[in-house]
Amino acid sequence: MTLLLHDVTLTYPDGESRLTALDAVGLEVPAGTLTAVVGPSGSGKSSLLAVAATLVTPDSGRVVVAGRDTAPMSAAQKSALRREHIGIVFQQPNLLASLTAAEQLQVMAHLSGRPARQLRRRALELLDAVGLADKADKRPHQLSGGQRQRVNIARALMNEPTVLLVDEPTSALDHERGAAVLDLLVTLTRERSTATVLVTHDRAHLERMDRTVTMTDGRLADPVAAA
Amino acid sequence: MFVAWRDLRFAKGRFALMGAVVVLITLLVGLLSGLTSGLARENVSAVTGLPATHLAFAAPPGGQEVSFTRSQVPESAWRAWSGQPGVRSARPVGIRTTDAAAGERTAAVSVFGVEPAGGLAPRGLAPGQVVLSEKAAEELGGAKAGGTVRVGRLELTVAAVSGTAAYSHTPVVWADLRDWQRIGDPGTSPEAVATVVALDADGSADLAAGDRAAGTTVRTIAEALGAIGSYQAENGSLQLMRGFLFAISALVIGAFFTVWTIQRSADVAVLKALGAATPYLLKDALGQAVVLLAAGAGLGTALAAGLGALISGSDVPFVLDAPTVLVPAAVMIALGAAGAALSVRRITAVDPLTALGSAR
Repeated sequence: MTLLLHDVTLTYPDGESRLTALDAVGLEVPAGTLTAVVGPSGSGKSSLLAVAATLVTPDSGRVVVAGRDTAPMSAAQKSALRREHIGIVFQQPNLLASLTAAEQLQVMAHLSGRPARQLRRRALELLDAVGLADKADKRPHQLSGGQRQRVNIARALMNEPTVLLVDEPTSALDHERGAAVLDLLVTLTRERSTATVLVTHDRAHLERMDRTVTMTDGRLADPVAAA
Repeated sequence: MFVAWRDLRFAKGRFALMGAVVVLITLLVGLLSGLTSGLARENVSAVTGLPATHLAFAAPPGGQEVSFTRSQVPESAWRAWSGQPGVRSARPVGIRTTDAAAGERTAAVSVFGVEPAGGLAPRGLAPGQVVLSEKAAEELGGAKAGGTVRVGRLELTVAAVSGTAAYSHTPVVWADLRDWQRIGDPGTSPEAVATVVALDADGSADLAAGDRAAGTTVRTIAEALGAIGSYQAENGSLQLMRGFLFAISALVIGAFFTVWTIQRSADVAVLKALGAATPYLLKDALGQAVVLLAAGAGLGTALAAGLGALISGSDVPFVLDAPTVLVPAAVMIALGAAGAALSVRRITAVDPLTALGSAR
């Protein structure tokens, strides 16, 4: 199993008490499949992504990414895991203002200690795959919202992740551009055999998913029992 | 430094502004260093140029610090020092600031009285003669060898003009110690005294025993410079100014990188979320600071060297050499990097979770 969350509970301090963001959540995502997570605001969807991305350590439960249990990992080991195995598509593109579209991808290689210059070709191929071959040397302020979101997706794929975590990628886009981004995610998930988790509010996306789970008050309404 | 280089190119205005501040502070520190060295040279070069390792002063009463102006050592003192084991030579040196005149021209000079055959005297010095430093000769209307100058109440023949020795901002005139003793003495049999005893001692010399035997207080040449009142005050003030400039530069650099780091916290959060290790981000940010500092300090040093070359030939006391221009630049870079390091360490506190937006 490429991504496995088993009995994960996460709480945050809330005044003198604690707020339960995830309550015994279990989720399995096989390679090459898309799982949508839907639910009202504040239900715990983003917390689920944060835990899966190893950005937050749960109070209890197991998070296994690419066969590796993250519980005993140090912060540095989790950083390495994110670099090598996890691609994150942020809700906002979160591109670095000083980098061109190609460099947004090259920096991922550089983070992994690989020579960014030698990986420009791969960056250009990925930009071509998201329809931005002619925008490789443009900076974020020279791109439209949709184009920035596609760079965001391409960046997440640069290190060939086994897990792709996507946080409401179309929320800032119009219907047409949103549909194009979704097409891209479906295609890339199939072609590159990633385990993709997509947090969305848009019910129109769900028919393209392999599986949909609903979160309510930190619980998955239809969770699949974890192994 | 993948991101850092691109930030430098992208935010040219901000970094150019900060770089200009570094350039100006380095220029100021460089000029101040050259001026400090120049003033120090005019204050102490005659003392530092003595072929000696130590100077023995008359022991000051009541725990006071030694002083060239108060020191007066008798002949018995340099005789006592001559007999000390490990002391290769002990030569008396008389120092007195007075007026000299050549024809109509007068100038304030420092007369250094030494034994003509004692190893401290410049070549050509003999009783009844003086050797003028170049500046003294210039201020005395271009006095030349063979001419006469009046020092105090003595008429002395100029044996030679040589060297650039200066003491307490006055040019030096070398005279025979016996003549020097007569300059300030109205009698016919002046007391056989000198100001200090210049010692050439090796490591085995028991300096404390020498002091006890001679009734003196010995100092190394470097320590002895503190006994020149004007040097201590002047050099202390200038070094204090330099120190403040270094501190200000470190604070300014630190403040700039604090603001810069806060501004790019969102980028840092994204990079952390994407898997950037904290040491990678710290190296990136610190490298950026060092590049900025090196470029700014390099340009500031070049400007200081250029301006220093222009003014060092004039009346302004200015020393242009590697230590005066390169050391301030190195200190600027080191202190600026320290200031930047304190600022960019806040990178460690940036939470990558913020890159996801609201995660709760």
